[in-house]
Amino acid sequence: MAMLPLDRLRDAGKKRVPTYTKGRLRLGVIQVLVITLFLTLFGRLWYLQVFSGDEYTAKAADQSVRDIVVQPARGLIVDDMGRPLVANRTSWVVTVDRTLLQKLEGRTQKRLLQRIADSVDKPYESIRAHIRICGEPKSQAGVCWNGSPYQPVPVAKDIPQQTALMIMEQNEDFPAVIVEAQSVRAYPAPYGINAAHLLGYLSPITESEMERAEEDGDESVHGASVVGRAGLEKEYDEYLRGFPGYKQVAVDSMGRVLGDSGEIEGQVGDTLVTSIDSRVQAVVEQQLAQTIKTARATVDTVTGRPYVADSGAAVVMEADTGRIVAMASQPTYEPDVWVGGIGPDELERLYSEEAGTPLLSRATQGQFAPGSTWKPFMTAGALRDGTYTQSSYLDCSSGFQVGNRVFKNYESGAYGSIGFQKALEVSCNTFFYRIGYNFWQKYGSDETDVDAKDPLVEIAKTFGFGSETGIDLPGEASGRIADRKWKLAYYESMKDYYCEVGEEPGDDFLHRFAREFCIEGYAYRAGDAVNFSIGQGDTLVTPLQLARGYAAIANGGTLYEPRVGKAIVSPEGEVIEEIEPSVQAELDIPGGDLDFIDEALQNVSRTGTMAWRLVDFPLDAVTLRAKTGSAEVYGKQSTSWVASYTKDYVVVMMVSQGGTGSGTSGPAIRTIYETLYGIDGDKVRSEDSAIPGVVPPTRLPVFAEDGSILPPSTKPGGDEE
Amino acid sequence: MSIINPPRARSPRPAYSPPSIAQSSLARVPQLDWILLLATAALLTLGTMLVWSATAERDVLTGGDSEAFLRRHLVNIAIGIVLAVLVAATDHRWVRILAPVVYAASLIGLVLVLVMGSTINGSRSWIIIAGMSIQPAEFAKLAVVVAMALVVAERTESSWKQREVGDLDVLGMLGIAALPAAMILLQPDLGTMLVLLATVFGVIAASGAPRRWLLGLGVAGVGAAAAAVRFGLLEDYQIDRFMAFTNPALDPRGAGYNTEQARIAIGNGGVFGQGLFDGSQTQSGFVPEQQTDFIFTVAGEELGLLGAGVVIALLGVLLWRALTIASQADDLFGRLAAAGIACWIGFQSFQNIGMCLGIMPVTGVPLPLVSHGGSAIFATMMAVGLLQTIHLRSQRSMGLGVAHSRRDRSRF
Repeated sequence: MAMLPLDRLRDAGKKRVPTYTKGRLRLGVIQVLVITLFLTLFGRLWYLQVFSGDEYTAKAADQSVRDIVVQPARGLIVDDMGRPLVANRTSWVVTVDRTLLQKLEGRTQKRLLQRIADSVDKPYESIRAHIRICGEPKSQAGVCWNGSPYQPVPVAKDIPQQTALMIMEQNEDFPAVIVEAQSVRAYPAPYGINAAHLLGYLSPITESEMERAEEDGDESVHGASVVGRAGLEKEYDEYLRGFPGYKQVAVDSMGRVLGDSGEIEGQVGDTLVTSIDSRVQAVVEQQLAQTIKTARATVDTVTGRPYVADSGAAVVMEADTGRIVAMASQPTYEPDVWVGGIGPDELERLYSEEAGTPLLSRATQGQFAPGSTWKPFMTAGALRDGTYTQSSYLDCSSGFQVGNRVFKNYESGAYGSIGFQKALEVSCNTFFYRIGYNFWQKYGSDETDVDAKDPLVEIAKTFGFGSETGIDLPGEASGRIADRKWKLAYYESMKDYYCEVGEEPGDDFLHRFAREFCIEGYAYRAGDAVNFSIGQGDTLVTPLQLARGYAAIANGGTLYEPRVGKAIVSPEGEVIEEIEPSVQAELDIPGGDLDFIDEALQNVSRTGTMAWRLVDFPLDAVTLRAKTGSAEVYGKQSTSWVASYTKDYVVVMMVSQGGTGSGTSGPAIRTIYETLYGIDGDKVRSEDSAIPGVVPPTRLPVFAEDGSILPPSTKPGGDEE
Repeated sequence: MSIINPPRARSPRPAYSPPSIAQSSLARVPQLDWILLLATAALLTLGTMLVWSATAERDVLTGGDSEAFLRRHLVNIAIGIVLAVLVAATDHRWVRILAPVVYAASLIGLVLVLVMGSTINGSRSWIIIAGMSIQPAEFAKLAVVVAMALVVAERTESSWKQREVGDLDVLGMLGIAALPAAMILLQPDLGTMLVLLATVFGVIAASGAPRRWLLGLGVAGVGAAAAAVRFGLLEDYQIDRFMAFTNPALDPRGAGYNTEQARIAIGNGGVFGQGLFDGSQTQSGFVPEQQTDFIFTVAGEELGLLGAGVVIALLGVLLWRALTIASQADDLFGRLAAAGIACWIGFQSFQNIGMCLGIMPVTGVPLPLVSHGGSAIFATMMAVGLLQTIHLRSQRSMGLGVAHSRRDRSRF
């Protein structure tokens, strides 16, 4: 007590002080106390406002001004004629601010959620489940909110605009509810195309990606960004995503927006022009699907069961540029399953073996034995080595013995002594076996010499097999050339397993194979060389690799990196970047040899294995080269292949477990060419061709000032705008 | 009147000051304490502006009428002025007669609150009568002050300078305070309770009661608080709420949030403030209860160090006048009543502003004459009126007995 010393002072005088005086003195003490307390207040006020004012000003600004990300629309993806393949649409999303919700009374909360549920026509429990934070009791994985608890939680996506407007208008009935318009991907699907694997999809940015972006100072993404995960969306993400804008808005304590206080404008994403042509793509997709359907209804004469036809792919490439005109893969999925977030069930289906892993793009990621479509490359290899010439003749017997095993011709046919062209035409296996065996004997009969020369392996590498094509699509598979080095590496990695299996008792194929492998699995034997020569064994290619290999034959020896993208165009219509065809290699193959092969492949269409599928096809007007293939796969039905080309296009189709090349894929190949050239029966009507002018346009679509996109001008002369 | 020995009017330390030369004017007509009046008027005006600013944008509170609170506040002030004038004009004797009535009325009010009160913000402090919410505890503070002063004054009326204020007087005063205090504690309204304790202590101190009483009361108070915490009379959350001003994390959604937001708003004001109606925190409603308990944060943010400083200074002036009036009062009743009012307003102001500044616990007490709220304004205005009555009376008696005053000077 501050007054005690005074009392004591007074008492020290030993004089009896009356109450009256004592009281007055104490009033003085009270006055001193009041002054002290009020000075304390002043001091504290000064401390808050002046000494640490900046800190609180920052805090004040932080909580009363909120940066709202304004994500501008993502760029379009259009085809060669400017038809949008991927566009945007507005999706209305109902979000609930958990922080505000929790400020409401329990009963009011429940009523509010019920009201939301009624409005968006969903059960109450579903809304409730969305709001629970993952890890909370009763939270359901996949439904619960795994974002920040301070971020509004989306509870209903893609609601009708009318509902959205109704909720916004009745704002006071929906406290803590925010209705947002989001721009999401839309797939206009011109001509009903799917193109899921080409286009790819988006998904929300992950935490680690966000951290990396922050480290790199990349401001084009933010916490709520969606980024390309596959296909063109991923490859051209940095162009398509645009640049986010920021709106600074003053908000009140309830998070309600009071007014704008500034805006940094965002940048709409650039448009990607592709070389895909929707009309061709639509036909290719439809033909692939039809081919698979037909195959599944056809009984395989070898196994006595209908073809499984589990998957397939088709590629249409421009022969002179390596541009992709169409590319399809089966099984596929609807690209819009990713829009607004994919459900766990759906995601599982996309990855599931049972559904045929629809996510896998067979055209670029599927790897298959090429079978007889391999032979033209082997021909080029045999001729380049000089051991054989265009006039070499070899016996096309019905079988060819290597060691104690007889390698047979297809259906054991025999054509006697024939040249390369005939061998390609009739797809004679034993002809190529001899070549493979000869080279093996000549250069590499030492089975352990991994550096032994092999002209056939070399030519395969020359044509770009065994390595990625460099297409502008992510996740491409490299294929595999099963040469000596690969065999040794495979042996090293597998020998422990097979040696162990070999020690088990048993005399079936697996155990016998295991014992043999354990001892000499590294050896590149004559059988391996023979298998390699006809595209069998462990060699694998992607349909895309095969297509660009044939394109190189077609265009006189240029190996392109395939391209889907053609140009990047700004939202205002200015061309930012033209994506030129990219030459990977000029092949070191004599032009004469390519012409020699070309002639042979023409004959395949006229009189060879493909001829029966091209009856009445105007081959004189549209010179079609083709090579069929039926690749044997151990334990499975054969893979159907047709690789074909004209002077303009390469068309490759593949159906896994689909049967013979021409038998299964032949009709589809024919229909695709009919579409490309406007062929009706045996007549060519160029005006009916899928792409005006038959060949893909070199010019870009016209981006009009009003935002519309028109087909490229076909007026002759002048490349100027 | 038996009081013949009034203290000097002008000097706060009369014992050491030379005789005033203003003796000749002592006979003039008693005058109101104009400084007190001006300070009161200035606080009311400032308060009005602050209340208006705090509520203009709060559509949820006002229902879209930005002047709703302004009008209500002005009406309250008008009623308050009428009450103050009535009290000031009331004869001294009538005040003494009416005091027990006021005391009894506020006791009844407190009982009614407990029986049929509305609970707002966790404490049952309001009764709704004819659409008006009344907070009897506000009146109780005034009633307790007046009643305590009266008890002592009555017992010592005829001989108060000769007679010590004894144990019985103190017990009487404590008895007077105990009834309403118990009922306020039951509400529970901790803030008002603290203010009441400080006031009671001040009145007892000013009465000149024996030192042992003051010591004992102090020790008892500390002991009671310690016991309440120690023996679990208070729930943990109540202690957390009380202590949240030291660490907002103790009660992050309640008192801690208030504390933090209040500091941010005040800190955001800087020296010159954001300007009336322009405080981003105030206008956006970040500080809860800003027109009542946290009104000082509006001054802090919008008027800055200067404006908020003026508010503190004006309250200081008001207290200086109240204490001066107390020391000049020529009767025990006047002195104790004025001293009680000073302690009440002083501690409540400190408690309120201290809470806004984060140096006192968050409790729901209004800032006298500034906060919005009818009961508080009425009670405080009546108190100001009472101060004026006491002031007028001591002036009158001064005019009667100059000689005594001179004679008395030797006592100090």
